[in-house]
Amino acid sequence: MNRLEILRFALRGLLANKMRSALTTLGILIGVAAVILLVAVGEGSSQSIQKNIQRLGANTLTISPSFTGGGGGRGGPGGGGGQNTGPRTQARQLTLADAEALADRAAAPSVASVSPVVTAGSATATYEAASHGIGQLVGTYPSYFEAMNRQVARGTYFFNDDVLAARKVMVLGTTVAEELFGDLDPVGRQVSVSGVPFTVVGVLKESGSTGMQDADDVALAPLPAVQQSLTGFGSLGSIVVRATGASATATAQAEVTAVLNQRHGITGTAAADYRILNQATLQETVSEATGTFTVLLAAVAAISLLVGGIGITNIMLVTVTERTREIGIRKAIGAPRGAILGQFLMEATLLSLVGGLSGVLVAFAGTRFTIAGIEPVLVPSSVALALGVSVGIGLFFGGYPANRAAKLRPIQALRHE
Amino acid sequence: MTAPVLRVRDLVKEYGEGDARVRALRGVDLDVDQGDYVAIMGASGSGKSTLMNILGCLDVPTSGSYRIDGADVGLLDEHQLALLRNRRVGFVFQSFNLIPRMSALANVELPLMYGGVGQAERRSRALAALEQVGLSDRLHHEPNQLSGGQQQRVAVARALVTAPALLLADEPTGNLDTSSTRDVLDILDRLSVSGRTIVLITHEDDVAAHAKRVIRLVDGAIVEDRRQAPVDGPPPRLAEAVG
Ligand SMILES: Nc1ncnc2c1ncn2[C@@H]1O[C@H](COP(=O)(O)OP(=O)(O)O)[C@@H](O)[C@H]1O
Ligand SMILES: [Mg+2]
Repeated sequence: MNRLEILRFALRGLLANKMRSALTTLGILIGVAAVILLVAVGEGSSQSIQKNIQRLGANTLTISPSFTGGGGGRGGPGGGGGQNTGPRTQARQLTLADAEALADRAAAPSVASVSPVVTAGSATATYEAASHGIGQLVGTYPSYFEAMNRQVARGTYFFNDDVLAARKVMVLGTTVAEELFGDLDPVGRQVSVSGVPFTVVGVLKESGSTGMQDADDVALAPLPAVQQSLTGFGSLGSIVVRATGASATATAQAEVTAVLNQRHGITGTAAADYRILNQATLQETVSEATGTFTVLLAAVAAISLLVGGIGITNIMLVTVTERTREIGIRKAIGAPRGAILGQFLMEATLLSLVGGLSGVLVAFAGTRFTIAGIEPVLVPSSVALALGVSVGIGLFFGGYPANRAAKLRPIQALRHE
Repeated sequence: MTAPVLRVRDLVKEYGEGDARVRALRGVDLDVDQGDYVAIMGASGSGKSTLMNILGCLDVPTSGSYRIDGADVGLLDEHQLALLRNRRVGFVFQSFNLIPRMSALANVELPLMYGGVGQAERRSRALAALEQVGLSDRLHHEPNQLSGGQQQRVAVARALVTAPALLLADEPTGNLDTSSTRDVLDILDRLSVSGRTIVLITHEDDVAAHAKRVIRLVDGAIVEDRRQAPVDGPPPRLAEAVG
């Protein structure tokens, strides 16, 4: 009895009960497809979140003012000296002087660059008849481009000269450029932002929007130019600090903390009046969270695979019980145990393999679609695992009852009702 | 004289345990020579099927020894038993026991398949066996498309196809009408003429009249062993027809 004949027997056995075989296959198909798809969705969402974070720039710390939990007034006159009325007597805004202090190589050697940032909300830019409310108008230093990982696709960045001279030049994000200029090349043209004319010197590379915010709906201009015309020379919105390397972010954070604590008069347990967002730790936290999310999805999927496996087990049990008499006949005419076992194992393997492979196909097709705003990313190990588990279940639970039946004496099997 | 095809000594078979214990065979001794045609008779429950199942290696005795062609069956392992069932013994059941949803041809080919015979030879031998039982025109019918008599003839063909030394039949005509019974008995007679050793169970005297030797069982023991025709001659019915 060769393999091909065993295969033929198994096929005949399965086709004898088409509906049942189809339903069992379907159970496995759903289980396998669910595992692969859900893991892919988990992986996809995790990757997109990671990408969003990475887009903010690696190695960067973002310092923003924080007034929560503060006890004191807002920089009231003469309040600077007293530190006896609570954890914090006075919350100070971030200033250009803070930024300059951070740029001091001696005090903060791990800091590679410091970019003070002001943002003007609801700035409307117009060019000829077109107008567009810019999502985020940022006034900053040229170092911001590198810190935030933004590159120019057309034209140039603005430079330190432009900052010193407070030139009204601007680098646009692709969304803004498209809204205002359509197919025209914006470089060299003038836009008017809230009535103030700015010359466009460059257009940023598209960074692709994933999630809530369009990262391309931005415009960048020299800090003093924005302050002069739009926000006024008050406090800073935030300070972006780039560390000298990925491993230096922690030291950089410590140095920044030390400098700012000293400048803002924060000692001991007093709550700081600023907040430091560390991209590296943020990334870690988020990847941990998304990892948990993926595991959760995988667990749900694994349960459905298990249910599919129980389906196979059930079918094989029923099939073998139902066909014990047939097994008796086969043994009576001289079938060796191996041939009988082989036939049932082959049936179980075919069921789980056909179900498993179609499950993989369905999952492959499914990952081509965006599911709930997430582009699924296939994880090869999940494919191997799902297939392996489904075939393993088929072999084990198909093999067990078949082996039991094949071991019976022919007359025992023949007498089976 | 060569060694007997079958040699059974002090065969005992008990079913069940304790109070529910049934002694189906109580020490049976039996020799069957090459070419003999034996009918085993007896009332229902006398142990005929029990004996036959042991002879066909489908069941094992509680005690006693059983040799086929001189080989002690009790000493064989699972694999050797399968070979024995496949090559040396052909078994015909009262209830046909064909495999459903398989054509007559496929059913007859099955023992050859398990015996490792190649496709082409398998096919030609199965066709020859079906021809022998007169079913060449029903090759591709499945069991549920055949009459009882036809099914039993397929079963006989299946038992014959491996050319076993020994053909065992447990009430092969028990479920058949008169004309089908005659068909099957004709086939058995012809097989006997060609030198095959046959043991069949029946409780009909008409059927037993075809055998060269009749054995009567009562309560699991042989009470009568009567020869109707010589071992090396033709079966009595054929002898009559000729003479
Ligand atoms: N599997 C079994 N379990 C228990 N008792 C059995 C079994 N098979 C047969 N018997 C008993 O053994 C005796 C002989 O049965 P059997 O050989 O089938 O008789 P026969 O074929 O001559 O009618 C009967 O009393 C029957 O009840
Ligand atoms: Mg009986």
